[in-house]
Amino acid sequence: MNKKVILRFFLSAFIVLGSLYFLQRLLVPKYASGIVEGAMIAEYYQEEKNHDVIFIGDCEVYENFSPQVLWDDFGINSYIRGSAEQLIWQSYYILEDTLRYEKPKAVVFNIQSMQFDKPQKEAYNRMTLDGMEWSWSKVKSIKASMTDKEKYLDYVFPILRYHSRWNELSKDDINYMFKKPKVSHNGYYMRVDVKPAGNIPDPKPLGDYHFGKNAYRYLDDIVELCDANDIQLVLVKAPSLYPFWYDEWEEQIVEYAKEKKLPYINFLKLTEEIGIDYNTDTYDGGLHMNLSGAEKLSRYMGAYLINETNVSDRRGDAKLSKSWEEKRRLYEMDAQKQYESINEGEY
Amino acid sequence: MLFASYGFLAFLAVLFCVYYVVPIKFRWSVLLAASYFFYCMSGIENLAYILVTTITVYFAAIFIERGMVEQKKYLSEHKKGMTKEDKKAYKEKQRRKHICLLAATLLLNIGILAAVKYGNFFIANFNTVLKIAGSGKRLSFVDVVLPMGISFYTLQAIGYLIDIYRETVSAEKNIFKLALFISFFPQVVQGPISRFEDLSETLYSGHSFNARNFCHGLQRVLWGYFKKLVIADRVMIAVNTIIQNSDNYRGVFCLIGMLFYTIELYADFTGGIDITIGVAEALGIRIRENFIRPYFSKSLKEYWRRWHISMCSWFRDYVFYPVSSSRLMRKLYKYAGSHMGDKLGRRIPVYVSSFIVWAATGIWHGASWNFVVWGIANWFILMVSEELEPVYTRFHKCFPNLKKRKAYLLFETGRTFALVCCLNLFDCYDNIADTFRMLGSALTVHNWHIIWDGSLAGLGLSVYDYAVLFVGVALMVIVSLVQRGAGVRERISQMPYAVRFALWYGLFLAVLIMGEYGIGYDASQFIYNRF
Repeated sequence: MNKKVILRFFLSAFIVLGSLYFLQRLLVPKYASGIVEGAMIAEYYQEEKNHDVIFIGDCEVYENFSPQVLWDDFGINSYIRGSAEQLIWQSYYILEDTLRYEKPKAVVFNIQSMQFDKPQKEAYNRMTLDGMEWSWSKVKSIKASMTDKEKYLDYVFPILRYHSRWNELSKDDINYMFKKPKVSHNGYYMRVDVKPAGNIPDPKPLGDYHFGKNAYRYLDDIVELCDANDIQLVLVKAPSLYPFWYDEWEEQIVEYAKEKKLPYINFLKLTEEIGIDYNTDTYDGGLHMNLSGAEKLSRYMGAYLINETNVSDRRGDAKLSKSWEEKRRLYEMDAQKQYESINEGEY
Repeated sequence: MLFASYGFLAFLAVLFCVYYVVPIKFRWSVLLAASYFFYCMSGIENLAYILVTTITVYFAAIFIERGMVEQKKYLSEHKKGMTKEDKKAYKEKQRRKHICLLAATLLLNIGILAAVKYGNFFIANFNTVLKIAGSGKRLSFVDVVLPMGISFYTLQAIGYLIDIYRETVSAEKNIFKLALFISFFPQVVQGPISRFEDLSETLYSGHSFNARNFCHGLQRVLWGYFKKLVIADRVMIAVNTIIQNSDNYRGVFCLIGMLFYTIELYADFTGGIDITIGVAEALGIRIRENFIRPYFSKSLKEYWRRWHISMCSWFRDYVFYPVSSSRLMRKLYKYAGSHMGDKLGRRIPVYVSSFIVWAATGIWHGASWNFVVWGIANWFILMVSEELEPVYTRFHKCFPNLKKRKAYLLFETGRTFALVCCLNLFDCYDNIADTFRMLGSALTVHNWHIIWDGSLAGLGLSVYDYAVLFVGVALMVIVSLVQRGAGVRERISQMPYAVRFALWYGLFLAVLIMGEYGIGYDASQFIYNRF
């Protein structure tokens, strides 16, 4: 009798846990097509982690720099840890998370997210945080990022958040339940289509141009974390025409970089030198670079990293070269596929 | 703390552990601590209200009971020395003392309820009167948050005090135990309004852990969540769309809104009561049922015997009986009897008392004229039915077999359900004019095509949602039908383990996956929390 009860208990527990796991895998968004940005943070964990440069930030890093070009032209082994509207505290905790696995020589941080001092949107939070593997960094990042309506438990058990997707499940949800294709190239989100910069809206006057205390606090934390780990930190501002980068913001960052003795590159001021053409190098009217623009920026960035930091050319590493060869194949295939789609009129 | 929140589930988990770990004689103390913690979670400032009610009712009950004991002692000690008149005079003096204390306590507590719940309603009406009188002066509204469950615990406390006065129960000597009776957390939110004689013993005598009761309690909680999260909160989306855009949703939309709101109200309220009774059951405490398949009633009178039973019986025992047996009603009876004849004269005081009860029931539901009219509409239909009773009797004498026919029973049930749907309309719309306008449009605008032309999709529900609703409502009907025999849980508990597991786990998954909760969905409070 006892044996029967015990067997029944374990069998029931197995069914409950198994089915809940299965359902959770089914219901969480896969980000395999359409909005793919939510898949990028998680892809990092599948990588071999011996990068020399880590890019941290929002769309201004993952759409504007190509690690493939950095490798091909400079032998820099890099990865982009960025996600849509990745807030500065999320960037800090992602850096902390990255340092659990590897210690890069340089970190490139895009300072666009300094404009946000408070949690913004739950959807963006999820895209950044869901992909992180569980660690104290993730816990702290969740706590720092949650909007008023969010619940911590929804992050622990994503089924509680995504249960309502039951009536919008697609083939992707079934096909990619356990394994899904990579959507990025070392964190780079490739777009080859072109949409020239046209009518950029006039900047809205702000009530207060000062960056918030919270944003500064996390920027300080990033600086300290890099210092403590002997990592060269480079601050950058990508050449996105919109959202507008105000002069008042620029002054504050220049001042901060000077005070902390950090290099700061504002690509908005270098577009001519780099050769950015907003008629051909952007896919969304000046917000983000397309492949052509990203490759131009990467060449400039690569030269800077080689010349100004202690990042070195690793093309002599046979194992690494082989791995990048495979990545190049996928990179070219993705570009080719996108060009074909454009020709077929899908974009 | 909402029932439909993670916090409440965590609270229950901790409570169950602590409750069954502490020695039995201290278990009521755990419940008291839990109830006050639960209450504080709704806002610590609300604590003052429930404390005032507890303290005033406690001391009033003690003093009234003590006075009655002293009165009996005095009378027995002075049995020989007192004339009949002396005794009568002494009793009257004592009665007045007790009634003064009772009235003062009732006034204070009803006054608190009136001030926080109806203060702005009174001000709004007073301002309307000022406006009609041509005065430019206006009273400003007061910013008071309605303390959680004040309508429920006030009635429960008042009922207890009246019972003491009537000597049907003994006063609770331990103020903390009385505090538990008034604040017991599962029922403080939305009832039922328990009687002291029903609840006190089961509440204060700690209960040993009983796996069967515990499981049955949790099963009922799960069923309550199913009704609330899967049905009520889903159908609410369509109901809100129709109500909030009344100009765009007329005619058949209004009929659909009435039907959906009736489903929502049932699933929401009975779901909440299922959670209340289930939680209590898991703690070994028995709370009386508040609903007995009300939508299966064959008349409105029967419906009100089966819907929100504790509230109806409260108004019957503590409002209707005292009012109908009051001196004023006796005078009215005499007056009506002498002017209208004995038959009609006997009914007039009953109708007047009923009117008072229904108006009070209406206003208790909410600070709005809509609810008053809703109460009066109920009274009117009940009185008309009562008056037409001889006609029904004659009719059924002509067709003696009609009542035995299933079709006729179905007709009666359907007719009562339709009537309830119409009455619920007063609860849906913000004001009486809108209610009548929409009721008029339901009868005059015949846009039946909206049922098949895809317009229903515009109510915020997808095809999948309608399918879930259909299955959910069918499940509620099946459960109600099964309940007419043995209890559903008892029946399920006799099934093989695999079937039981599949049924309960299936229900759990339905709530987990199809429940309307979480971000992106504004978790609504239970409808009766507002009352």
